[in-house]
This record gives sequence, structure tokens and C-alpha cells, in this order.
Amino acid sequence: MSTTPQLEQAEPGEDLGSPGPRSSTSYGRGDRLFSGTALASGLTILVTLAAVFVFLLLKGFPGFSADPDVYGPSASNFWGYVGRLLFGTTLAAIIALVVAVPFSFALALFTSHYAPRRLAAPIAYVIDLLAAVPSVVFGLWGARTLAVTSQPVQRWLDAHLGFLPFFHGPVSATGRTILVAGIVLAIMCIPIITAISREVFKQTPRLHEEAALALGATRWEMVRYAVFPHSRSGMVAAVMLGLGRALGETMAVAMVMSSTPIVTLNLISSTNPATIASNIAANYKAEDNRIQTVLLATGLVLFLFTFLVNFAARYIAGRGERAQR
Amino acid sequence: MITTSIRRALVPGVAAAAVALSLAGCGSDDSADASTSVGGSSSASGLSGTVAAGGSSAQEKAQEAWRAGFGADNPDVTITYDPVGSGTGRDNFYSGAFKFAGSDSAIPAEDMEKATAACGGSDVIEVPVFISPIDIVFNVEGVDSLDLDATTVANIFNGTIKKWNDPAIAELNADATLPDLAISPVHRSDSSGTTDNFTDWLFQAGGGAWKTEHSSDWPVQSGEAAEGTSGVVGAIQDGNGTIGYADDSAVASTELGKVSVKVGDQFVAPSADGAAAGLAASKLADGAADTQLAYAINRTSTDPSVYPVFLVSYFIACPTYDDKATADVVKGFGQFVVSELGQKAAATNALSAPLPTDVASKADAILAKIAAK
Repeated sequence: MSTTPQLEQAEPGEDLGSPGPRSSTSYGRGDRLFSGTALASGLTILVTLAAVFVFLLLKGFPGFSADPDVYGPSASNFWGYVGRLLFGTTLAAIIALVVAVPFSFALALFTSHYAPRRLAAPIAYVIDLLAAVPSVVFGLWGARTLAVTSQPVQRWLDAHLGFLPFFHGPVSATGRTILVAGIVLAIMCIPIITAISREVFKQTPRLHEEAALALGATRWEMVRYAVFPHSRSGMVAAVMLGLGRALGETMAVAMVMSSTPIVTLNLISSTNPATIASNIAANYKAEDNRIQTVLLATGLVLFLFTFLVNFAARYIAGRGERAQR
Repeated sequence: MITTSIRRALVPGVAAAAVALSLAGCGSDDSADASTSVGGSSSASGLSGTVAAGGSSAQEKAQEAWRAGFGADNPDVTITYDPVGSGTGRDNFYSGAFKFAGSDSAIPAEDMEKATAACGGSDVIEVPVFISPIDIVFNVEGVDSLDLDATTVANIFNGTIKKWNDPAIAELNADATLPDLAISPVHRSDSSGTTDNFTDWLFQAGGGAWKTEHSSDWPVQSGEAAEGTSGVVGAIQDGNGTIGYADDSAVASTELGKVSVKVGDQFVAPSADGAAAGLAASKLADGAADTQLAYAINRTSTDPSVYPVFLVSYFIACPTYDDKATADVVKGFGQFVVSELGQKAAATNALSAPLPTDVASKADAILAKIAAK
């Protein structure tokens, strides 16, 4: 970072966290120690990541060519099997993000720009606390409370919007559907997305905001023209972290959703597409433990899929930013 | 700017690593610490040492009771039981990591060679230690009890019978007022010995209505899936018109209605005695060695004292061990498990059915021969 001090300084919003003297010519022992520790931490992450990848590759590789008997009658080859699971994973994550993203941005904006300070701080605190709730608790709550209480709502959706493929019944008698699983995932994503985007919104330079207001912008226009453009990349990062949680969440989904490896857009029936992570949790202790290599192979697919999604999102966000400049 | 973009690219990397690490956490299949170490000090019983074991998670509660009971008399013995699942438990037994294993099914024929090799070439010991009746439970408003035969249950679970007032159900339950309500069959989403035994009963007794042989993974795509025994029971309780199957011990504390199953020309409610009678009415599996009390369970008995839907869980051990201390601990523990005291402890703690006395004494005779090489 010390190689580009001018750029760093030129970038707006960085001024809050700038440490003291930056361009000291002689590095002290503390500096060397710090830079060594930072480098080691960074490398550890990369090495860990590589080790996980190698582990999944070595242990999961035989799973790609496993006997179809192992993973049951639902698919005749591995790609059919993992494709169904990937579909379920994506569908659950999409539902989660559709619910969580607008909610989180609104919440973050409320606490950073709209709410009076006395209200904003406790609200932010409570949302952060939400992130500390273990996923098993969300799972239990989703399966035993939210599923049951939302069942009449799901029946209503079937009765009034049944012409849409999403709500084409028959409705699950217990309400334990991918719709509910997606909502539970959304609640688990909200604190992550909210916390990050709140911090990013707060970083908007005061001058930009005041300039917008001085030009006659309403508060919403100020948010649209000053806050959002400045925060775009941080907002994408927030959504990506939320998506990571939604894609990888295991226990809550396994407990809430009644899942079968099938492909369907129907969100309210009792046969829902399983997700990769919940499928691993449900079947890892299987009687026939040849399935373990298959499950590790699906884990590898999820690992790579998460990477692809992230890089794609980075690229799109980066392109938008580049186009703006 | 280059540094910034690297920094940004790292954020998803970290998230992915966290995801992947949590996945990898499930994959710790190397039981590095599961070795046997045998201490020198001797107690009143003369037994001492640490023995690692594991397997069936259905046996976990019973194993807890057995270890507590056995430990009371043998304070110098430490036995660990890791509920990793039957399949992994057997694999760890073959590799020698577990000195004995608990399994919800007998050793499959294709694994027998590995098992024999693990025991230094002699026939492996397999004895039943744990019988659990499987209840078929339902939650239908206004219906307290139901009589069903295996064919009807099979048709309910394969989706052929869709409504509670279907003539096939009404015919068997003339007294009940059955609602015009959709049936939601609930099954296990995870692989389980309970599913294995339940589907075995549907296949054997269902008269062709159930197409697939027994399997620990639910073979039909319709119906509702729930995680674990408690998940199934919870789903049945939460829905109206639900029906499912679960170990008797998990149903005992609920107020769910239990199905009485047609045996011969009577309807039999689930009971520990009925399950034990069912084991007594079954023959040993073909090709079982003298040290193996592996049963081919007969689910089609017409004797009304038999409740045919039950699970038998096995204790797998070697007839000889390299060192005497381990052999003595495994032998002592095994004999305690099949003893009256051990069976009573499991019945109290895990609500299992005690072994029939003749089966228990046969098992005891087999276990008594465990010795050092």
C-alpha cells in the first residue's frame, strides 16, 4: 500500500482511517514487525484457501465418476445430481437476496442518513446482534414457528397467484418450503449486508452531500446522486458477503426445508430442490459411505461456483465504476 | 489502484474460504485420536484401559447408559463412543481405529472380507444389542387411532392414496370420522437405519405396493422430508394431515396418534414386547458364521404377538485382540450390554426393547469367547 500513497490520498473517503506519518523514510522495528505480521496473515489466508481447494479436489475427485447407485435414483450421472443441487442452492440464495437486499439497503440508509442519532445507534446495535444468533437457532425457529405461521400465507399465494409457476401448489401442510428457507436465509444475510453498507454509506464525503443539497436536491436525490455512486463497490461487496452466507448456509436450510433433489420453480410445495450444503449435512453420515466422496465433489462444485459468482460480480461492479470515470 | 483491486478481490476469497472451511469441518473422517492405549493400574474388577468405539447414532443414548453402568463397576476403564453413523463406524472398525462398532445393519456381504481381515483372519463377531420399535405416527384433527395394513401404508407413502377419507383407509377404520384432507407423508431427509427398516417392512409386507427394496435413503421423490428423528416428529406435529415414521423413543413424549399395523388378521400397536417377539420369529441370515447373530428379519409374520416394524442394531467386535487388556475390556463391556442389567439400562434411557432372553444368552456365549491372541 505504501507504493501508491498519492492515489490513496486522492481517493475520497479514505481520510477517516489514515494513520499518522505515512512516508517515513526509515522503517522502525515496529513497522517491520507490523508489515511482517500483515504479510503472514495475508499469506495464511491464501494458503488455507489453497489447502481447502486441494483437499476438496483430492478427496472429491473420485466422486465425479462414482457409481450412480450411490446417489440414488434421482439422477443417472454426477452432473445431473450436482446440477439439481446447484439449482436448489441458487434458487434459495436468489430468494434470500431478493428479500434481503432492498431491506438491508433501506435499513442501512435509515441508520446512516435518515434516523435521528439517538435512534440510529440502538437500531444498528440490534441488527449487529442478529448476526450473532447461531444458524441452528434460526433453523429451529424457521422450522417450528415461521413455517407453521406462514402456512396460511402460502395457501393464500396458492389460491390467488397459483397461475404463476412459483406458487403452483399443492401447498405443503407444514409450510416447510424453500420460500420459508429463503426468508430465513434473508434474515441471516440482513445483518451482514446492513452492517457493511451502513459503514460504506457513512463514508460519503460530507462535501458531496452538502453540495447536492445546496444545488436544490431533496434528501432522496442527495442519496441517489451522492451516496449511492460513491458506495457502489462497497454495496456490491456487502451483497457478495450476504450471498456467500446464503449459498453456504447449511443447518438452517437443512432444518427448515423439506428437500428432494429435484428441479422445480414451485416455492410452496412439500418437494423442494435441495441445496448443496444442506445435502452434505443430511447425507454425510449415510449408511453407504461411498456417498462421502460424491458429497465432497459437490462441495468442490459449490466452492468453485462461489468463486465464479464473486468474480463475475466484481467484474460487473468494476465495469460500472470504470464506465463512470 | 492495483493494490486496491487485489484487496477487493480478497473479500470474496475470504468469504469463500469461510464457507469451504465450514464444509471441510464436516469431513474430518480421520480418527487420529481413536487409538487404543492401555494403562497399567488395576482396579477391583481387574479391567483397565481406554477403548475407542463408534458407529450408529441411534445407539448413542443406549451406549451412554451402557458406559455409565459398566463404568460404575470398572472405574479404570474408559470407553469412548463416537456416533459417526453406521457406515463410517464400520469402516473405522475395519481400519482398526475403532475396537468395536455399533451398526444399524449387519455387515454387508461385500464388506465381510475386510471385516475378517481386520480381525486377523477370524470371523468377525456380530450380535444384536438394541431393538427399537418404529412407530407410524399421524396428526389428523379428530382422529386418535388408526388401523392400517402394510399395503395401505405403502400406498400412502408412495403417493397413491392422497386423501384421508380414501376408501382404502375408511374400510379399515369403520369407526373413525376421516376428514376430506390431503395426506402429507413425512420421511427422513438424511440417511437412516429407521428408514432402512421401515422401507424393508413396506417392501416385504406391502404386497407389491412398494417397489424398491429396503434402503437407508428415502427412495421416493414425493412427500415431505425432514432432518433427523426430531425433525420428522416436529413436522408431523406442526402440520395437519401428516403421517410419518419415527423410533418409539422419540414419539413417547408426544401426543401423536400411532397406527396399529395389521399382522395376520389383527391390528397390533407398537410395543417393545412386540418388537422382541418379531426378532424371535426371525431367522439368522444365510451364510452367517458361528460368531454372527445377524438376522434376516421376517416382517411378514402372522403371529399377532409380533410388531413387525422395528430396528435391530448390532455390536461388531473381533474374536481376538492383540493385547489382553483390550480383549478383556471389549469382552466385559459386550457381556454387560447383553446382560439383563445392560438391556434394562438401555430400555430406561433409550426406550429400546430388551433382547429376547434366548438371543441374549446366545450373544453372551459368543462374546464370552473374546480373548487375546
